[in-house]
Amino acid sequence: MRTHAIKAVRGIRWYLKQSTGEAKWDEYLERCRNDGVEPTSRRDFERHRAEHNEKNPQPRCC
Amino acid sequence: MPTVTSPDQMRRKMTPKAMVGWGAVAVVGAVCWTVLALARGENVSALWILFAALSSYAIAYRFYSRFIAYKVLGVDNTRATPAERLQNGIDYDVTDRRVLFGHHFAAIAGAGPLVGPVLAAQMGYLPGTIWIIVGVIFAGAVQDMVVLFFSMRRNGKSLGQMVREEIGTVGGIAALIAVFSIMIIILAVLALVVVNALAASPWGVFSIGLTIPIALFMGYYLRYLRPGRVMEVTAIGVVLLVLAIVGGNYVQQMGLADALTLSPNKLVLALVVYGFVASILPVWMLLAPRDYLSTFMKVGVIVLLAVGLVIARPVLESQAVTSFALKGNGPVFAGKLFPFVFITIACGALSGFHALIASGTTPKMISKESHVRMIGYGGMLTESFVAISALIAASVINQGIYFAINSPAGSTGGTPAAAAQFIGTLGMTITPADLAAAAQSIHETTLISRTGGAPTLAFGISLVFTKAFGGGLAAFWYHFAIMFEALFILTAVDAGTRVGRFMLQDTIGNVWHKYADISWKPASWSASAVVVALWGYMLYVGVNDPIGGIYQLFPLFGISNQLLAAIALTLCVSLLFKHGKARYVWVPGIALAWDLIVTMTASWQKVFSGDVKIGFFQQRSVFQTALDKGLLIKPAKTMDQMQQVITNVTVDGVLQALFAVLTLTVIASAIPVWIKAAKSGGLPTAEVPRQPSHLVAPAELFATALEKQAVREYEDSQRKLVASGRSR
Repeated sequence: MRTHAIKAVRGIRWYLKQSTGEAKWDEYLERCRNDGVEPTSRRDFERHRAEHNEKNPQPRCC
Repeated sequence: MPTVTSPDQMRRKMTPKAMVGWGAVAVVGAVCWTVLALARGENVSALWILFAALSSYAIAYRFYSRFIAYKVLGVDNTRATPAERLQNGIDYDVTDRRVLFGHHFAAIAGAGPLVGPVLAAQMGYLPGTIWIIVGVIFAGAVQDMVVLFFSMRRNGKSLGQMVREEIGTVGGIAALIAVFSIMIIILAVLALVVVNALAASPWGVFSIGLTIPIALFMGYYLRYLRPGRVMEVTAIGVVLLVLAIVGGNYVQQMGLADALTLSPNKLVLALVVYGFVASILPVWMLLAPRDYLSTFMKVGVIVLLAVGLVIARPVLESQAVTSFALKGNGPVFAGKLFPFVFITIACGALSGFHALIASGTTPKMISKESHVRMIGYGGMLTESFVAISALIAASVINQGIYFAINSPAGSTGGTPAAAAQFIGTLGMTITPADLAAAAQSIHETTLISRTGGAPTLAFGISLVFTKAFGGGLAAFWYHFAIMFEALFILTAVDAGTRVGRFMLQDTIGNVWHKYADISWKPASWSASAVVVALWGYMLYVGVNDPIGGIYQLFPLFGISNQLLAAIALTLCVSLLFKHGKARYVWVPGIALAWDLIVTMTASWQKVFSGDVKIGFFQQRSVFQTALDKGLLIKPAKTMDQMQQVITNVTVDGVLQALFAVLTLTVIASAIPVWIKAAKSGGLPTAEVPRQPSHLVAPAELFATALEKQAVREYEDSQRKLVASGRSR
């Protein structure tokens, strides 16, 4: 029962992290680790992503 | 590399257990539909509608969408998707199917599926229920899924690009103009819904107004304080949002009530200024945080409403089919059941606007081809469920109150006494005291002629929630629901203006290259100003229309959205012909045929009808003749208003005709392609050639044990690859 609850909470956390794009940072860190590259600061990373949003607006439907 | 799924899945026999299960679902559906078809008179529970919908969706998803995916489209999971081939971590990005479902649903769901069914409830609950469910299964979900598939096979090309490349330049240009002008109408009508919900509502203005500083704070937080912490800032934002709703109750005590009681025209001005500023500010400052809030609210309210309906088990107050449906003289909008119920309920059953999203970001993020089924078809079924919930919320309201809220001020006279008398002429009874008490119950000064659907829906939601979760909070729930609608309409207005601006810059950029540079301020500011001016003008027209803005503009909005769907479905039919799948053309073909019958009949009636309630040009000639003679026609009260009616109906009529002509142009340029492709058994298309996929992911929503194991093995092998330094 408890393991189920823990699994559910983990699942929800995973889903929220993925949906909000927070997971992108973790994935980036992992990539850097594998490639042996020094990661940039989170601020710069998020700036870079915001820059992209600026040029690619997504319509919201009616 | 192991591939988990194969097209053979289609041929897999059902187990006896599955047969029994699906048989049971079919029986539940059949019982619900039978009750709905036969029950007349008192005490029909809303749950019959809810379960008729759910069981129909389940069967359609299991059988029809599977047939479309594996037979008609031929999804191939051994074929790499653009996300896998072009992965750049930004727009092309392999995304988990369940996460992408959420993204896609958040992008397609908005005020449309909520407002349309509320207005269509004037014809009774049955026509709307049937169209929402049958329409989504055979038209709306098919369109979304097929467009998504074809765009995915073309690296995520937009609808306009695909029409130009696959049908022809003329069709492409017509489609582009249609998309742009339809977007303007949609923005204007959505903004009109907000104006009607906030006019004379200091509580509403207070809480909606506060969303701007809240969003600005969230934007600042994410940019400077704690970059990237979206979840925590959304949680803070939601708490502030609820406080803003609660705080609205005290505007009177704070002495802000008079300052925040805004006239419709002041709200128009506020929205136009807001729309312009929001669309030129950086995305991170206002749009992105507002989007987080509105997505959260959207999902939250939809889930809450579904739970609330099941707990409250409300009884339908509306008739199954009202006399307005047959006579076409309803006060909410004019016209008979056919064709107007089908265009009023646009988004919940079939929405052309979705084709823009299905050919936008979503196709670039799909990890496996078979996922178009759960994301395209499944996403639209979910949207349809939202529409069903909205229809129920509108149908559980006392019908006297429903018509008092939704009839234009020109009919109700605006006071409880006059409104009660008007409701009497419709064959219903309600006292002025009842109307005043209804407004009092949610702490609004009046509910009379609060057209546009949002106040009705909010009133219905507050009834359901009060019954489900206990009393005393009706006013809070009402303003909670208004907030929820206004929030994502404003997000849609902001994002829509921005998309319109990019389209305009891109188009003008073909002639004058510098103008396409989106970082060049003179271009972006002027393009934003043009887009805002266009929808702002239509909004102004709607707000000041003596006949009633929603009454006049909502049909135009519905028809234009359905005409856009006709363009998208024409593309689907063309592509099936070109791919040599003429035998499956009927799948989008039946949707296209029905959509054309409905929209062309409606367009014809709106343009040419001799009925002064329906035909725009008939209205023009009647009002012009009277004006020439110096006579007034109700509901106009002055000669100025007479002139205003004439101008408005001319604009409406010309737009209506333009949309129909543009759609017919696209179809006319597609027909030669169909004939040529049918004769030669197919034609070359712009589809990207097949490349093998190396990615392993489950094919459907629920992963099988075998698939889970394959995914684990794949992930392990990837890790080993990385560890041994042979990383790609």
